[in-house]
Amino acid sequence: MLKRIWKITPLKQLRMSFGVQRVMLILGLAIVGFFIFVATFADLIAPYDFAQLQYEDGTYFGSQIPPSAEHIWGTTVGGFDVFSRVIFGTRTAIAVIFVAVSLSIVIGVLLGLASGYISGWLDRFLVLVADAVYAFPSLLLAIALSIVISGGRSGFWSGILAAGLSITVIFIPQYYRAMRAETLRIKQEAFVESAKVLGASNGRILFRHIFRNATRTLPIIFTLNASEAILTLAGLGFLGFGIDPTMGAEWGYDLNRSVADVSAGIWWTSIFPGSAIVLVVLGITLVGESLNDLADPRLRKRQVAVIE
Amino acid sequence: MAKTQKSASSLLRYLGVRFLLIFPTIWILVTMVFVVMRMVGDPITASQGGKLSAEQLQVLITAAGYDRPILVQYFEYLAAIASGDFGTTLTNNRPVVELLATYGVATLELATYSMIVAFLVGFPLGMIAARKRDTVTDAGLRLFAILAYATPVFFVGLLLKLVFAVAIPILPVAGRVGVRSEIELAKLEGATGFYLIDAIKLGNEAIVLDVLKHAVLPATALGLLTAGIFLRLVRTNMISTLNADYIDAARSRGVSETKLVTKNALRPALIPIITVVGMQIALLLGGAVLTETTFEWKGLGFQLTEYLSARDYVAVQGIVALLAVIVALTNFLVDIIVAFVDPRVKF
Amino acid sequence: MSNLLKIENLKVSFATDGGSNKAVDGLSLELEPGKVMAVVGESGSGKSVTSQTVLRMLRETARTEGLVMISGQDVLSFSRSQLRRARGELASMIFQEPATALNPVFPIGWQISQAIRSHKIAGQTPSKKEAKELAIEMLTKVGIPNPAERYGYYPHQFSGGQKQRILIAAALALKPKLIIADEPTTALDVTVQAEILDLLRSFQQELGIAILLITHNMGVVADLADYVAVMYQGKIVERGSIREVFYEPQADYTKKLLNAVPKILPAEPKDTPRPEAPVLVEAKDLNIIYPGRLNTPAFHAIKDLNLEIRAGEVIGLVGESGSGKTTIGRTIAGLNRATSGSLQVLGQELVGFSEKDFRPIRKRIGFVFQDPASSFNPLLTIGDCIAEPMAIQEQTGDKENRARVLELLDAVQLPTAFADRFPHELSGGQRQRASLARALALRPDLVIADEPTSALDVSVQAVVLELFAKLQQELNFAAVFITHDLAVVNQVADRIAVLKEGVLVEEGAASRVMQAPQHPYTKRLLASHPIPDPDLQAKHREELRRLTPGA
Repeated sequence: MLKRIWKITPLKQLRMSFGVQRVMLILGLAIVGFFIFVATFADLIAPYDFAQLQYEDGTYFGSQIPPSAEHIWGTTVGGFDVFSRVIFGTRTAIAVIFVAVSLSIVIGVLLGLASGYISGWLDRFLVLVADAVYAFPSLLLAIALSIVISGGRSGFWSGILAAGLSITVIFIPQYYRAMRAETLRIKQEAFVESAKVLGASNGRILFRHIFRNATRTLPIIFTLNASEAILTLAGLGFLGFGIDPTMGAEWGYDLNRSVADVSAGIWWTSIFPGSAIVLVVLGITLVGESLNDLADPRLRKRQVAVIE
Repeated sequence: MAKTQKSASSLLRYLGVRFLLIFPTIWILVTMVFVVMRMVGDPITASQGGKLSAEQLQVLITAAGYDRPILVQYFEYLAAIASGDFGTTLTNNRPVVELLATYGVATLELATYSMIVAFLVGFPLGMIAARKRDTVTDAGLRLFAILAYATPVFFVGLLLKLVFAVAIPILPVAGRVGVRSEIELAKLEGATGFYLIDAIKLGNEAIVLDVLKHAVLPATALGLLTAGIFLRLVRTNMISTLNADYIDAARSRGVSETKLVTKNALRPALIPIITVVGMQIALLLGGAVLTETTFEWKGLGFQLTEYLSARDYVAVQGIVALLAVIVALTNFLVDIIVAFVDPRVKF
Repeated sequence: MSNLLKIENLKVSFATDGGSNKAVDGLSLELEPGKVMAVVGESGSGKSVTSQTVLRMLRETARTEGLVMISGQDVLSFSRSQLRRARGELASMIFQEPATALNPVFPIGWQISQAIRSHKIAGQTPSKKEAKELAIEMLTKVGIPNPAERYGYYPHQFSGGQKQRILIAAALALKPKLIIADEPTTALDVTVQAEILDLLRSFQQELGIAILLITHNMGVVADLADYVAVMYQGKIVERGSIREVFYEPQADYTKKLLNAVPKILPAEPKDTPRPEAPVLVEAKDLNIIYPGRLNTPAFHAIKDLNLEIRAGEVIGLVGESGSGKTTIGRTIAGLNRATSGSLQVLGQELVGFSEKDFRPIRKRIGFVFQDPASSFNPLLTIGDCIAEPMAIQEQTGDKENRARVLELLDAVQLPTAFADRFPHELSGGQRQRASLARALALRPDLVIADEPTSALDVSVQAVVLELFAKLQQELNFAAVFITHDLAVVNQVADRIAVLKEGVLVEEGAASRVMQAPQHPYTKRLLASHPIPDPDLQAKHREELRRLTPGA
């Protein structure tokens, strides 16, 4: 049993990697780990709450204060602490990833399995739909969704949902296509045909033989899914349709507020939230990219031999 | 003789099928837009809800016909789109199609510049990365590509603005062109709306320069993001093509490494690359919205944001549906190009 | 006599996921101009690696040591430009898989011209026109009809045999004195193989070209080679002229290898089938048509087939690619749909069958597949895989299954410890034996074996065939043995049925078909099969020449 887990998790690939790919994978995992850590312990790490405007004694922080001892990354034009908002932004990011991934992975995988296995007109129709939808810019769909979900702007969850659902719609086809391709490939393998010859039920074939061997490309799509979710949420926030600052901390929204600051030379309200986005997406993408390399034997880096 | 006849009919059949596929594709996309936008209710409530009382809302809803069965509204919507009517904006009563004519060119211009940057940067770097695989150069290029993807285009925009507005003020950070130039361009008879072309037509060097100066930052911001994607795309496809048996076979006959990379491997690698590039053009539209907003580039994306702020539901739906149609058409164009590049289609 | 090719103490190592791997371990050989040397071995012997080293075609993960000289020039110390020139001028290569060795998006003529124009002839780079003319000349020499027009055709417009001819034309365009042919006919049908070997022989004789021939097929060696070197685990264990090695082998390994090759002569005596045994499978005017799709027309795989299979007998289905032999096997097992006519399998009509009706019959049929690599679910242990039939059909518990699994492993002569191993831990031959165990798990009346030994090494194939024959005698199941190799079928079958493009052209007792074939296609098939005996093969070749019109 443990042997099987070893086979399918990225642990095995970590052991197999060399050089550049190993560095990418480790770096990516470190960043992602750090990100999850910060999100979990945000309450302890951040000095203030994300919507906090005053000290305990009632005095206001003041707006657009440059980095100082009390506010290591300064304050925003609205008077919030930049550092705290960046920290709490990690939670928002995780929330949107969760929404964006959970539905799409389940629906996409199930549809892909069914479509690849059953074929016929259902398959052809779904392929058409998938091809049509997956190239569509998620931001546009998110914009459309956000106007519908409570008229464009407010609560924590409406912002998350707008971005998350639009990504879900665009990513179901991605999982679908990957799963379908794998199903088609594995369907032809001798061990599946052997099970068919023996009269195995479709369920047994699908689960025991096909699905368990088809998950190779899922982690890679997951990383793409997660990074797109964060970028779309940020984009939505930047356009002014993100989450109200009193409801949650979102990096894109903060960047939107900082546009005016830039011309005045105020840099701390934009550099920090922006860099946070870059760092998180970088980490996730590094993991995805190295997994992608490792999954394909042609792309894997190889050592040079030693003659004995 | 027989060969060309067969190739012509095979090609026509392929293109014919792809052409027919445009219609279901468009149908699926515009349906998706409709479903998404009507999921929660009607346009009136979405834009005015909270401002008006329930009875006032109801009056407007009935007047606009949003209380009829949803299927009826859906078919009306489809019929309208089929005849080229994408709706009329609520806020300023303009047909959406007219918006395309007025602002679409600006977005097209931005997209063109960005694609040029993306090609000029992404392709050669991707080839170099494939050639120098697993070296420091390759690692550096890949890191650059990933960073380009991870950095939201509006953040790049902000950074560029910081640098060029505050630190080194040599490039303009907003608008497509200076005010004076804009006035001159508006005077041109038969103006295309594509400022670079118009400026050249006017024969005014100063304006041409002005247009180009304004284009640098937005094109760079949007182009770099796409360049990163192209880099990784070219790299991956070239590496896997370079591993093919037929490359080894050619190598065994004495064909030089340079030729192998620039000719033998490039053409087969281009086919999957072109397909993805085609998709990128569609994705560029999403990036264009953000870039136009950052740099106040008055294109379709910018307009979309304005209508969004005004909660103009009909405009938003119309523009997004229109863009969906453009996506479908772009995919077909890509199919045409692939058909000409891949001999297996023709013969 | 100066040697054209001289290899001295060659050592090549690779890095793999499991550490460093010594592929070639101190190999030396010499080849005279105009002669053919065959390097024979099974997988892992290092023969392919050796061939790739001559022109330094190995991947960057390889480390090479030793001396490789062509016409007195030290190849391993060539600069990059010297190496590039040597490739194609000094020596040239032909590869195993013609389908992937041609660039799909360039016309074939262009690919030949490109090779020509990468070199200088008489001090000058040939012009496009000159290169094209030379290319067309080569295409004519290798027997491509209409070469001037076909110059502009793309690879997918040619058959497998034609593609290999084109590749030979490209390799010989610059008239190198040495060709390295790495399994040049392995991927081809046996009749096409005979043609290609003939072509190579004619080039050797007319142009005085030396050939370093890499192969695992002793028949091919006997047909083409002057000298043989037998490789095992990176070393040469025996070398000599073909007469020496074939008629007086010294090394044990060579003897073992020669013994393991299945023979078409003499025909093995077999029990004649007992006419009173019940008929298990009966096909009457059976047609199987694969429906067409948007771009491809329908394919008529089996045409009006009439065939009977009785209990306890082994029928060999022989044919080349496209003959339909695999289709029949799969249809009998219920994997394909039959289109019209009648096919009765164990009492169940298969034309228009419902899965519900067929299910109870399934446990009486066992199937062995061709590819050992994909025969088993990589995530399940061998024991689980072999127990699968029981789990599906009998719903017996784990403990009972376990006992039966161990019993089966024993029957196929595999250690019982393998029950807990994973498929990738077993070799190809071991996997095929496990596959046989799985097929026999439910004590079937009928076993269908689809090319079960085609992907195996010669010596491993011999073991598996012997095992198959033994088990068939003991358990008395009927078997449909599908193969393209007449020698293999000769060893196991009671009856032979020969298929050509979906049509049954000949059928009868194995000994009769092998010794006195009636149909011209069967005769041609037999005559094309290379015999691993140089003198006999020379005569055999004459026979083929007589049979082939306009040769």
